[in-house]
Amino acid sequence: MTTKNNQNYNKEYIEYVKKIAPKTNEARSLFHAFLVGGFICLIGQFIRYLFLYTFGLFGDELAGATSMALIFIGCVLTGFGVYDNIGHFAGGGSIVPITGFANSVCSPAMEFKSEGFVYGLASKMFVVAGPIIVYGVSASVLTGLIYYFIGIFTA
Amino acid sequence: MAKSTVFFKNKPRICSTFTIAGPKEGNSLFGKYIHEILKDDRFDEDTFEKAECKMLSYCIEQTIKSANKKQTDINALISGDLLNQIISASFAARNFDFPYIGVYNACSTFSEALSLSAVLVDGGYMKNVVAATGSHFATAERQYRYPLELGSTRPPQSQWTVTGAGGALITDKGSYPKIISATFGKVVDFGITDANNMGAAMAPACCDTLLTLLKETDTSPKDYDLILTGDLGALGSRLMKKLAKERGVNIDNHCDCGEMIYNLKEEEYQGGSGAGCSAVVFSSYIYKKLMKKEIKRMILLATGALLSSLSSQQGESIPGISHAVVVEA
Repeated sequence: MTTKNNQNYNKEYIEYVKKIAPKTNEARSLFHAFLVGGFICLIGQFIRYLFLYTFGLFGDELAGATSMALIFIGCVLTGFGVYDNIGHFAGGGSIVPITGFANSVCSPAMEFKSEGFVYGLASKMFVVAGPIIVYGVSASVLTGLIYYFIGIFTA
Repeated sequence: MAKSTVFFKNKPRICSTFTIAGPKEGNSLFGKYIHEILKDDRFDEDTFEKAECKMLSYCIEQTIKSANKKQTDINALISGDLLNQIISASFAARNFDFPYIGVYNACSTFSEALSLSAVLVDGGYMKNVVAATGSHFATAERQYRYPLELGSTRPPQSQWTVTGAGGALITDKGSYPKIISATFGKVVDFGITDANNMGAAMAPACCDTLLTLLKETDTSPKDYDLILTGDLGALGSRLMKKLAKERGVNIDNHCDCGEMIYNLKEEEYQGGSGAGCSAVVFSSYIYKKLMKKEIKRMILLATGALLSSLSSQQGESIPGISHAVVVEA
């Protein structure tokens, strides 16, 4: 039985609830997300320059090393219980950058460690990030195919 | 129509209570009335589930102790919590040498346990019954929502599960607050599907039980010093009062445990929730007021949202329930 077939379904009540339920302050959320998201990117850029000028990394190596450094920072902050506080403030600003992805893998791993390293930590590790990986990979394959066929027909 | 209210002839007494709560609840308005505040919400255990169980177990033990009774005097324990297969209550019960009746009605478990204890004592079947429930923020979060350290934001209609446990010992005589009647609630579902908005899901059930109670006991809200709901939260309370008004009942002596328990900061939004919420508030502050006879007659209406994480993922709406007990000083 789904909601719509439910005989108790009370349209009037649901609409009233929607009307009086508090709304997320979007302007403020966006501003916070912009501030923190931008700041994370700034740090990323700084790390990039650091690797570029001190270690002389280039191209893919440079991009990979920068991502790894950010992932490491994200995980460490999650471990110290700081990242969720940043998240409460920043919303999307700290979820979208790669540090947010690190947090989404690291936090379930910590949480489910109590059920053991195999059935807990390892199996629950991707409980949040799993869907992102599945649909991210699928979308990239799809995009790749589209590019491939466009390339064939326009060549 | 068959009645859902049970009137107690012998008026079972609540002869002692005990509450224990986490550090966050300890800093709240009720902090100074709660019997024991934990410094750390892990309670020296290695998992939060074990901590919740230990909290409940400790609470049961102290409830019995503060009534100057021995564990051999207890006929039964009626207990429940929010975790799957009510493990906290059942695992707590293995520490005791008396029968255990496990119950589950989500956050309304406390008033359910109180009602059933009163039924057993009033019928003369048992002399001393302990009713205790508890919940823990970290275990509920993990079961119903996301990992604790995940940097997600909470929507503004959400509530915060109370870390705490409360217990009451129901006995047959003595000069203690009396349980006059119990009204068992129906499951009411108005089709709310947002698992973050439990106040809205529970408000119709709460209103239904309250109106049934008023009708069957032939009383009006003015006859009570306090109508105390469990964990409707700020939004749910507003909705409940509106629904009651639509049916011709004005409630102005209403308080909600969930709405009151936290110093309103942004993080908890609509207030507290959980099986421990009404148990902690009622068994601490409200019980003391009853003992001092500052509250003479009141209704406790704990409310529960009967959802599971599975049912909400399948798009099912959230059924609500509420059981009521009338307590006199």
